[in-house]
Amino acid sequence: MDLNLLWYLVPSVIMFCCGVYGFVTRKNMIAILVSLELILNSADLNFAIFNRFLFPGSMEGMVFTLFAIAIAAAETAVAIAIIINIYRAIGSTEVNETNSMKH
Amino acid sequence: MDYSQFGAMLPELIILGIFLLVFLADTFTPDGSSKKFLTPFTAVLFLLATVAIWIVPSSGEAVFGGMYVDNAACKAMKSILNVGVFICMLQASKWVESDEMAFRKGEFFELILVTLFGMYLMISARHFLLFIIGLESASLPIAALVAFNKHKYESHEAAVKYILTAVFSSGILLTGLSFVYAFSGGSLYFSDIAAQISAGEMSGLLLCALAFVLAGIGFKLSLVPFHLWTADVYQGAPTSVTAYLSVVSKGAAAFAFFIIFVQVFGQVYSQAWEWMMYAVIIATITIGNLFAMRQKNMKRFMAFSSVSQAGYIMLGVMAADQLGLASMMFYIFVYVVSNLGAFAVISSIEDRTGLISMDDYKGLHKSNPYMAVAMTLAMFSLAGIPPFAGFFSKILIFTSVTGSNSMALYMLVLIALINTIISLYYYLLVVKAMWISADEPKIAPFKSGCTERLALGICVLGIVFMGLVSCIYQYCVTSVGQSFFLALN
Repeated sequence: MDLNLLWYLVPSVIMFCCGVYGFVTRKNMIAILVSLELILNSADLNFAIFNRFLFPGSMEGMVFTLFAIAIAAAETAVAIAIIINIYRAIGSTEVNETNSMKH
Repeated sequence: MDYSQFGAMLPELIILGIFLLVFLADTFTPDGSSKKFLTPFTAVLFLLATVAIWIVPSSGEAVFGGMYVDNAACKAMKSILNVGVFICMLQASKWVESDEMAFRKGEFFELILVTLFGMYLMISARHFLLFIIGLESASLPIAALVAFNKHKYESHEAAVKYILTAVFSSGILLTGLSFVYAFSGGSLYFSDIAAQISAGEMSGLLLCALAFVLAGIGFKLSLVPFHLWTADVYQGAPTSVTAYLSVVSKGAAAFAFFIIFVQVFGQVYSQAWEWMMYAVIIATITIGNLFAMRQKNMKRFMAFSSVSQAGYIMLGVMAADQLGLASMMFYIFVYVVSNLGAFAVISSIEDRTGLISMDDYKGLHKSNPYMAVAMTLAMFSLAGIPPFAGFFSKILIFTSVTGSNSMALYMLVLIALINTIISLYYYLLVVKAMWISADEPKIAPFKSGCTERLALGICVLGIVFMGLVSCIYQYCVTSVGQSFFLALN
């Protein structure tokens, strides 16, 4: 079987959709963060795929992916730190319980 | 490697230098009263940097293979942000000197300087990798700033809402950029992508990429329908951080938005993103206004007011030409002083009394007449009442949109004008509470510190004179002209 660009793009699109779905429906902040990671990773995967299949002569997409991974790690670190603070304050990481601000 | 290229990055290097100085001074002085010098030290250093960045002529050449450019327009944008940051620092000094914050005040200034550094990169980047790095180093420290008030639960809640939407938006933006990369010809330079777009024709992929990029940066600017985080984050964050978030961060995102959409996607303006922006602008201005009307908490009120102001700022992107950029820069400058003027009053009242509701402002003119006057001027300027600066900035930005004489754009300006009248209603609600309400004032008379007075004084001067002193607008136009409209042609 000939593996072309499309075969690689399908998992990436599925990951993206799962990420958006999880971001919207999940009630636990850690689960939301996992969904966000899925979105970021699908973008990274896209870059690597397009680089490999469309522009095999250059490395720009791969380098971008490396930087994007580092950025995603930084984002997760900050988010986890804030979630831990919330957990210390209210003893829970459920979204439903973080609703103190309503007009 | 040719290290002399770093010389062209002078503004970034200056900010980085100040950051290091503040960091070292903060680290090596013992806690306690010996840290008193830190706030004036940072403010004075930053003032010097602002002047230096403004005076030193920009080289105008692209360095690092064209990844980075610093021309007259970039310099003007950075100077506008600098003014905003300087006023924010003055405003925050009372809050960071309070007992709870005093031992962490160094962190506050360091985080602000790092975000400013990221914003500089966003403005000067001409390659998407550098742009993303700038965007992230501008938005991640802000999450830490929002969570700065360690002993207040709302601060953490606001921070988690901010960081989750920020990561989501950068995920969307990265996905959009990966689509852009697919038709970029293997390069992520703005100019290379623009060349590919003009050569190729419209495709579904391009449309998809544009929508994702618009959504990604729209989150940072809190355009409707990506504005849902704004009110909660603005309410929960410490007031000085809210002020910073609403002007400086928004201004930088608006500049970057203009540069990307005009320079990279400028060729498909009428086919692809004119109607997208059309819908987004109308929704932003209208929904921002309608929600602002029913807010009683001043910080939530300012949040929705800033959503609607972002719609007006985006009119400059709609014009997508030299005049559009110049009037957008002028609009943001005026918005910086008007909004920070309002926030100076809100934060100094909150620091003393903890009161934040619009009803608490009733009868303010009896107890604190100067505060009431400053707040009134800021509201008049935000609403666009002549002779204050907000009126001129609105005129200029409306004029720039109608330049192309198309009926659709006239309709857009008409809708924006109607919304200006609606916005007058809720801005005047604040003025009514302060001046007309017969109730006894809830807020006792207080004397504000000298830094707060200085910040408020700068804002009031800006509100009153900026519209009348035409050289500021002229400077915006020439700076854009000198840089050959972002080196497009």
